[in-house]
Amino acid sequence: MANVKLAPVLRSAAGGSKVVSIEGSNLEQVLGALFQRFPALKEQIQPNGELSKFVNVYVNDQDVRYLQGLETATGPNDTVTLLPAMAGGF
Amino acid sequence: MGDASREILRKARQQVPEWSAAQVNDLANQPGTGPEGQDFVLVDVREKNEWLEGHIPGAVHVPRGYLELQIEEAVPDKETKVVLYCAGGTRSLMAGATLQQMGYTDVVSMSGGFGQWKARGFNFVQPRTMTDVQTKRYSRHMLVPEVGEAGQFKLLDSKVLLIGAGGLGAPALYYLAAAGVGTLGIIDADVVEESNLQRQIIHNTSRIGQYKAESAKQTIQDLNPDIKVVTYLERLDETNVAQIIADYDVIVDGTDNFPTRYLLNDAALIQGKPVVHGSVFRFEGQLTIFKPYDGPCYRCLYPEPPPPALAPSCAEAGVLGVLPGIIGLLQATETIKLLLGIGDPMVGRLLTYDALSGEFNELKLFRDPHCPACGENGHPEDLPTYADVCAI
Repeated sequence: MANVKLAPVLRSAAGGSKVVSIEGSNLEQVLGALFQRFPALKEQIQPNGELSKFVNVYVNDQDVRYLQGLETATGPNDTVTLLPAMAGGF
Repeated sequence: MGDASREILRKARQQVPEWSAAQVNDLANQPGTGPEGQDFVLVDVREKNEWLEGHIPGAVHVPRGYLELQIEEAVPDKETKVVLYCAGGTRSLMAGATLQQMGYTDVVSMSGGFGQWKARGFNFVQPRTMTDVQTKRYSRHMLVPEVGEAGQFKLLDSKVLLIGAGGLGAPALYYLAAAGVGTLGIIDADVVEESNLQRQIIHNTSRIGQYKAESAKQTIQDLNPDIKVVTYLERLDETNVAQIIADYDVIVDGTDNFPTRYLLNDAALIQGKPVVHGSVFRFEGQLTIFKPYDGPCYRCLYPEPPPPALAPSCAEAGVLGVLPGIIGLLQATETIKLLLGIGDPMVGRLLTYDALSGEFNELKLFRDPHCPACGENGHPEDLPTYADVCAI
């Protein structure tokens, strides 16, 4: 169970929500449940079944690549953030 | 000179030993000693205007008018050898007598003073001064201990390159100019359009149709004539990036597309230039500093760009006008921190700001040891910038 925070560009694929509560005791489970609930989100982020290289995933503000990747534990007080790169500067 | 002052001088000459300029110079040049070392302290007791015209390197300035009040802070240990000098050797003798009265045990006066020192051809330095106008303009900076006059000189000597004079570049440029960053480079090939004016406040209605870089230069020069503005009316690409960024200390990334960000990242790594990154979308902004080989680089964070559907430009998605103002100003702040070497610059930290909820959050970034650009086997010279893949 974790709170998943979505960057603005991902929110329309999740019914407009900024934060959603998702079941799962590690990141892999949480993402699995997230994509089951919001298939459009899976299309955007994980079309090939692995974490994409343009969306970063953070658990409690730390990049999961430097934690335990998909095995990173997620509890009810943990926040998972999905953040793609933004181009805009003008 | 009257009788009384002659008497004071005569007494001082009896009490205070005098050294010639050559003797002081020898002492100053001995290895292991020197004015900054523990063996002696060189004290200049002249007035401020005399000090500013030139003084002996390493000397401490304690004008005679403040001698009793400041000397104990300047030279706390009264056993330290104190070598005093003035312009001609008279004031330093009298200062020497005062110091002896205060309990200093090893006091020397330099006969002939600074005049003799210069006549013998010995080394001296002339401190840098600000004009009166500058002193007034930057007075609020100089009152801040972390900046001071030294910090303001650092800013005046600094060179910052802005990639883009648009949503992010406009506010950043404005405040960097106000702060006195001496050289500002602006690279932007676009012209000012009406739709820019909702946020790019360095431009205005009368500038519509002008090159943005030129428009920004005009505003900057009206605000602060101290600033040298260099404009590049072109796009940053692989033919010009290395040459353009070479002249600058810090680069502010205000671009609006991925290929330029990747290109800039790689070139900045090769030349060791820090990049202050900002990006915006609707109500949200991001900010971080990419400091080559210190924190992560752009490719550590995003090895590949997102597909166009996930990265609309501001023209397609819109942006709240104030938002690039905030992020651009934060970029200017981080730039100033880097130039002055103060505070905790946002290296390895990604700041995210959500204007609607009023939330600032921070994510921790790490340098990726396998990064194709800055990792152990990195090769920033020949990485793709996805120019053919991304929509601009």
